[in-house]
Amino acid sequence: MTTTLPAALRAPFSAGGTNAIDANLANRLLGLALAAGGDYADLYFEFRVSADYALEEEQIRTLGRGITLGLGVRVTKGDATGYAYCEDLGWDKMAHAAKTAGQIAVGGGHAPVNVAQLSRVSTPSFYAVPMPSLTVPTPDKLALLRAADRAARAYDPRIVKVEASFAESIKEVLLFTSDGRMATDIQPLLRFGVRAVAEDGGKRQSGSGGGGGRYGMDYFADAKRDAEAHGREAARIAIAMLDARDAPAGEMPVVLGPGDSGILLHEAVGHGLEADFNRKETSNYSGQIGKEVASKLCTVVDDGTIVSSRGAINVDDEGYAGQSNTLIENGILVGYMHDRLSAKHFGIEPTGNGRRESFRSMPMPRMTNTSLLGGQDNPEDIIKSVKRGIYAKRFSGGQVNISNGDFLFSLTESYLIEDGKLTAPLKGVNLIGNGPEVLRRVDMLGSDFELSDGIWTCGKDGQSVPVNVGTPTVRIASITVGGTQA
Amino acid sequence: MSSGTQITEATIAELRDLAQLTVELAKRAGADDAEVLVRDGSELTAKVRLGQPELVQEAGSRALGLRVLKDGKRAVTYTSDLRREALEALCRETVTLSDFAERDEFSAPPDPSLLATSMPELDLYDPAVAEVEAAWALEQAIAGEKAARGSDPRITNSEGATWSRVLGATAFATSGGFVGGYRGSYASFVVEPLCDDATDPSAPKKRNGYWWTASRFLKDLDSPEAVGLEAARRTIATMGSRKVPTQECAIVFDPEVSRALVGTLFSVANGSSFWRKSTYLHGKEGELVASPLVTITDDPLIPRAPGSRPFDGDGLPTRKNNVVIAGVLQPVLCDVYSARKLGRASTGSASRGIGGNPGPSTSNLVMQAGTMKREELLKQTGTGLYVTSLMGFGFNPVTGDFSRGAQGFWIEGGELTFPVSEITIAANFDDILKRIDMVADDLEMRTSTAAPTFRVSHMTLAGTSKS
Repeated sequence: MTTTLPAALRAPFSAGGTNAIDANLANRLLGLALAAGGDYADLYFEFRVSADYALEEEQIRTLGRGITLGLGVRVTKGDATGYAYCEDLGWDKMAHAAKTAGQIAVGGGHAPVNVAQLSRVSTPSFYAVPMPSLTVPTPDKLALLRAADRAARAYDPRIVKVEASFAESIKEVLLFTSDGRMATDIQPLLRFGVRAVAEDGGKRQSGSGGGGGRYGMDYFADAKRDAEAHGREAARIAIAMLDARDAPAGEMPVVLGPGDSGILLHEAVGHGLEADFNRKETSNYSGQIGKEVASKLCTVVDDGTIVSSRGAINVDDEGYAGQSNTLIENGILVGYMHDRLSAKHFGIEPTGNGRRESFRSMPMPRMTNTSLLGGQDNPEDIIKSVKRGIYAKRFSGGQVNISNGDFLFSLTESYLIEDGKLTAPLKGVNLIGNGPEVLRRVDMLGSDFELSDGIWTCGKDGQSVPVNVGTPTVRIASITVGGTQA
Repeated sequence: MSSGTQITEATIAELRDLAQLTVELAKRAGADDAEVLVRDGSELTAKVRLGQPELVQEAGSRALGLRVLKDGKRAVTYTSDLRREALEALCRETVTLSDFAERDEFSAPPDPSLLATSMPELDLYDPAVAEVEAAWALEQAIAGEKAARGSDPRITNSEGATWSRVLGATAFATSGGFVGGYRGSYASFVVEPLCDDATDPSAPKKRNGYWWTASRFLKDLDSPEAVGLEAARRTIATMGSRKVPTQECAIVFDPEVSRALVGTLFSVANGSSFWRKSTYLHGKEGELVASPLVTITDDPLIPRAPGSRPFDGDGLPTRKNNVVIAGVLQPVLCDVYSARKLGRASTGSASRGIGGNPGPSTSNLVMQAGTMKREELLKQTGTGLYVTSLMGFGFNPVTGDFSRGAQGFWIEGGELTFPVSEITIAANFDDILKRIDMVADDLEMRTSTAAPTFRVSHMTLAGTSKS
């Protein structure tokens, strides 16, 4: 099964396109890029078609569509990178970009590198979508927005406002490297979101639901994640939060619910294991390979091969196949996530984590789908074990300081645990802590591993890429909860 | 390395013509109304680390965003393919797309009589910024990083030093008859040193810090050495950071974070959040929403300022607006759409991006300085937390609940003592604004949102458990 696209969605640079780029032309450009003495170059052609639809006040308000086309040229000389791009695939513009990027090597006094014979990297398919949503008639997608709106309103008469959105894209990439790799990929992505506002007396609260991934419209075929289900979920949270009370402040046990809580892992340890920070020794995980960095219960894996998951990649943005990499095994740090530059530094093979936001940016080591694997404990027992603490269910996001590992997460749905039972919902809670310290305090791990539904976007150095996260139910012995009740 | 391409009056004229042409093409394709935004930009980024060049990125790009209205229905599209036949196809497609939307009586374009007809000269472009070459930018970065690393042996590593510039030209045209364009430049430099902190030998940590300078004009930048030294000072000062016990205490906000709170206020006091009723401040115009010490204005007409603009995203003239006067919330900033939804006139505060609908935004949002010296403010505070940076997104605009991670210094005996981290500060935003009881005189216009140091009488600090 493969992804086949109508002509309007195919990249102009693909074979048979209006601006077809073949290996000969790529070789000439790579030669220009390396002419000043660079030791490696790559060309990243990208074509992206995206569309979005939004409903508000029970009306389809906005429809949008956009096309992006361009070439990014990268030249490296040692650890230095020259980068340039153009949006016009005429020869002069491409040649100018190649020469500009190549300037990084000026003064290096190196003989030009020969461009290796190009051969195609064979890629598996972790997201073959026979019929991408962009090829589906617009009214079908608008019907989903209306269905979510109705379902949210029907959930409870106190739901006073609903917003629903659908965003979809197809990204086609074509990549050539001076060490002889050539790769192509077609990457579909969709995301559905609903926000509901509940009002009761003077109280107002909002809730969000949503999901997606590298799917076609088949994503919605599962009743657990169809448009109505996302609408009801947004309404459920908004209504539940109407009764929210002020959160406690201070250190206490925290139980993380399955799925979404993986975002804590993404921030608390994931970024610190990206090899660029470790190459530069700016991460608190630098030099820690082989050492115990987490509780023995913890095994952390970054896996770009999870079928249809938002963070899946057949091939990364440097032409290396997506793969599954174990980062922490039973508490021991076993590896980092690499791009070409960091892999070369550490003398190992790249791990398929070299990703970029677009042709306008150079690749960096990035996460794909990052998970804390499941354990042995019954999730109910984990909650029962806590006398007074917090149960974290939904997160709006998080942030980490790579250098010292300090992180912060914002919860949008959380509950007080009293005597082993979930009692009151809590208002806006933050969890703050230190990545390595928190992972050492994981003392119970549920058997209920769950992958989050695909909503997460990771930002690093101004570049955004789609990712996913997953965890089972996790108990952390103690973490600082940032409420108002001192 | 080649120097950046100057943006000339001819470039702006070319973009204006392209915008007007596309408006015409959209009308021909059947649009009742069309609005076209064209942007041309170029960037240069030069980064060094440990004295060696790490990245030189140089490129230019151009994109066009189109919004059409037909029978009260709208669609928004964008492209970087600016060939005439591609634009014709885009116009046809956008008109077709608009038919799927539902009629929205509020989305009509502004009355042509309200459109801007003359452009104030705001002096937003410095040709000297465009003339900077990559080699010179690398030298600046090397000098700044060297100053940081050489200033203290405890600076053991570096995330690097980055010199960047952005040049941009914007043109906007509407079927109502507006056409305008302008250019801007922006240069910035940041140094990010790192130190190893073994204050607690059982848990050694790396500590990072940064300092920066930025301006539209090259000669207004601080020297790379001054930036490097300040970055090193700030980094070293965080060594030995620790938690403090959970408690209620006074919180003093450094200008680097006080401006973030002023930005948060705008996020809950604008036309868009008002008509959506998605803010705890809804219905509070004319009421006391902050301490009487708080006065905030939004002024897009300050020459050379980072947030200035000669016309807004609807094509209306821009003007200075009061946001809060002595704690009283003024009529909120509106674009044409949100103003209509609220049954009033736009404040000329629209901004729009390529491929988006316009919405209200700030230009130069400034909280007025107080009369107190910062030292006096700390002295009168006695004990509390001085916050230098905030983390995370813990703010609920509907309820005003605010809880964010904080870093800074403990205030004892009226002076900054040891560094503090891994704690949160929380309170309802309504209370935070009303509890501002001291404002310092140290306002600097470094950023498009700016505020002086101020104190909030008390908030909840969550840290270690009370023992």
